[in-house]
Amino acid sequence: MSALAVLCAFMVVLPLGLILYHLLSKGIGSVDWNFFTQLPKPHGETGGGMANAIVGTLELVALAMIIAIPIGVFGGIYLSEYGSEKVNFWIRFGADILNGVPSIVWGMTAYAVAVVPFGTKSAYAGGLALGFIAIPLILRTTEEVLVLVPNAYREAAMALGIPRWKIVSQIILRTAMKGLITGVLLAMGRIAGETAPLMFTIHGNMYWNHSLKEPIAALPLQIFNYATAPYDDLNRQAWAGALVLIILVFLLSASVRIFASRRRG
Amino acid sequence: MGNRAEKFSLSPPGFFPSINTIVLLAMPTLTDLPISVTPMPSHEQQAIVNSPTSRFGDRFFYLLALASAIAVVLLLLLVIGVQIRGSKLSFEAFGWSFLTTREWDPTPGSENYGALPFIYGTVVSSLLALVIAVPLSVGTAVFLTDLAPLKIRQPLVSIIEMLAAVPSVIWGLWGIFVMVPWLNSHLVPVLKSVLGFLPLFQGPCIGGSMLAGGMVIAIMILPIVTSVSREILRSVPDLQREAAYGLGATRWEVTRIAVLSYARRGLMGAAVLGLGRAVGETMAVTMVIGNVAQIKPSLFASGYTLASVIANVFAEASSDLQSSALFEIGLVLMGVTIIINIFALLLIKAFETPGSRRA
Repeated sequence: MSALAVLCAFMVVLPLGLILYHLLSKGIGSVDWNFFTQLPKPHGETGGGMANAIVGTLELVALAMIIAIPIGVFGGIYLSEYGSEKVNFWIRFGADILNGVPSIVWGMTAYAVAVVPFGTKSAYAGGLALGFIAIPLILRTTEEVLVLVPNAYREAAMALGIPRWKIVSQIILRTAMKGLITGVLLAMGRIAGETAPLMFTIHGNMYWNHSLKEPIAALPLQIFNYATAPYDDLNRQAWAGALVLIILVFLLSASVRIFASRRRG
Repeated sequence: MGNRAEKFSLSPPGFFPSINTIVLLAMPTLTDLPISVTPMPSHEQQAIVNSPTSRFGDRFFYLLALASAIAVVLLLLLVIGVQIRGSKLSFEAFGWSFLTTREWDPTPGSENYGALPFIYGTVVSSLLALVIAVPLSVGTAVFLTDLAPLKIRQPLVSIIEMLAAVPSVIWGLWGIFVMVPWLNSHLVPVLKSVLGFLPLFQGPCIGGSMLAGGMVIAIMILPIVTSVSREILRSVPDLQREAAYGLGATRWEVTRIAVLSYARRGLMGAAVLGLGRAVGETMAVTMVIGNVAQIKPSLFASGYTLASVIANVFAEASSDLQSSALFEIGLVLMGVTIIINIFALLLIKAFETPGSRRA
């Protein structure tokens, strides 16, 4: 019986070991300086990199955060500091439902809201789709960390006659800052690898784009296109891209761990 | 976490004549004092409390928070509204028979779309994923809460978190180039020779298959099902275990009777939550399931899921009707996941009894 449980645990860990092994063995050969500095080359030409896709992913994540952080954090503040039980229940319920909406549906929504009216796919549309996904994540983590701030802080500040908004913005948010940043990093890790919401919103391209109003490349989408292409050289690039993407995602979650483990200063 | 903030949410700021009243009501230690003995603030404090800027600041800050909270609800309405509006054309053309039609024919002039093969593919691949993932996850959760030496618990939890962080598209890539070839050359022949008498395991297996789709979804839902199951098992009261040991139960009996059967509703919630994820999973499945709209009893045959058909076709939809049909598929997908998720939340909530949480 114990052996069975150990076997289960082993089977759960196995896929991670396998994927890391294959990513390293198949991807490392194509990851070099050019990969980070060059544009993609068409099939048949050697060399080339994914510089535009890497930068594109960073831009998209940044755009998403610009949308999601204010709404998520202020929504979390509402839940923790202002809302009544009844209202909070429905907002939390809504956020939980949003968390379960498949990412491909977010892609369709962003397409309808930000691509159709402007007639073109753009970085804005992709950032919006990713931002939609991040809002409920940030909202719930913000609420959770704000609730952990001891009530005595609020009471003491109120006794001093400090206005409510200053109490929240300068005492409570500051006390919970570490937790807030952890939540934001977690959300970034989650959306950085999302592909489905980008399929209809950013289009992807092979060049540097100079405007956020234009189509943009992203690492996950590039990996998808190269992985499903019938050419060996593109497949190899896909493995290299996947290795870079997973390192990016793991770095984000490692920083979460470092942040969370540091003692409250 | 029920009552922590109530004391401070008596009313939004600005609705009361003076913040002093709120302060007084909010102070648990002062609640027995009559309001009239409010200590008079000094002049500076009076200035801060009643200054127009602070009142404006309070109201502004509150409205900002309120607007963000409302935005979350609006976002839910938006995502539902977009899908409903988008699927109008298709619903007018096909009505409810959309759900039971097998055809997917984009030929101009005789367009006919039905969602049945995609519904079938989603159901089969998700159920297969559950069959694989739930026992493994629950086993791992038991290992983590009751059996594993304390030293390896935290590292194992971290590994499972890392597993959860791997993006879907990377599982798909790995699926195409590692898992599918291995399945077709190693696992499929074994399944055929052992279970070949069942229609599930008959026929050739070339390229992507339902089996591959189910496997890759299973891997992807392992972390969530494991971590929720672990939370559930951790909240089984120790008294429960101690009582079973006291009755002379063996370790296996304690786990089976005192822990698993006590927690079964919560574990079912974890499984249903996994199902919700499985149904909506897109990229990895699209890359390994074969993408053929057909209904075949064999797991070795190619399939197609609701999410995959959107991913593959939506960007190049050939007509307004086709894109509307895809919106309707999105609506079905979203409706199903919302219902599944609500069901899972209810199951987990019903299990969580207050005060039973183990440290």
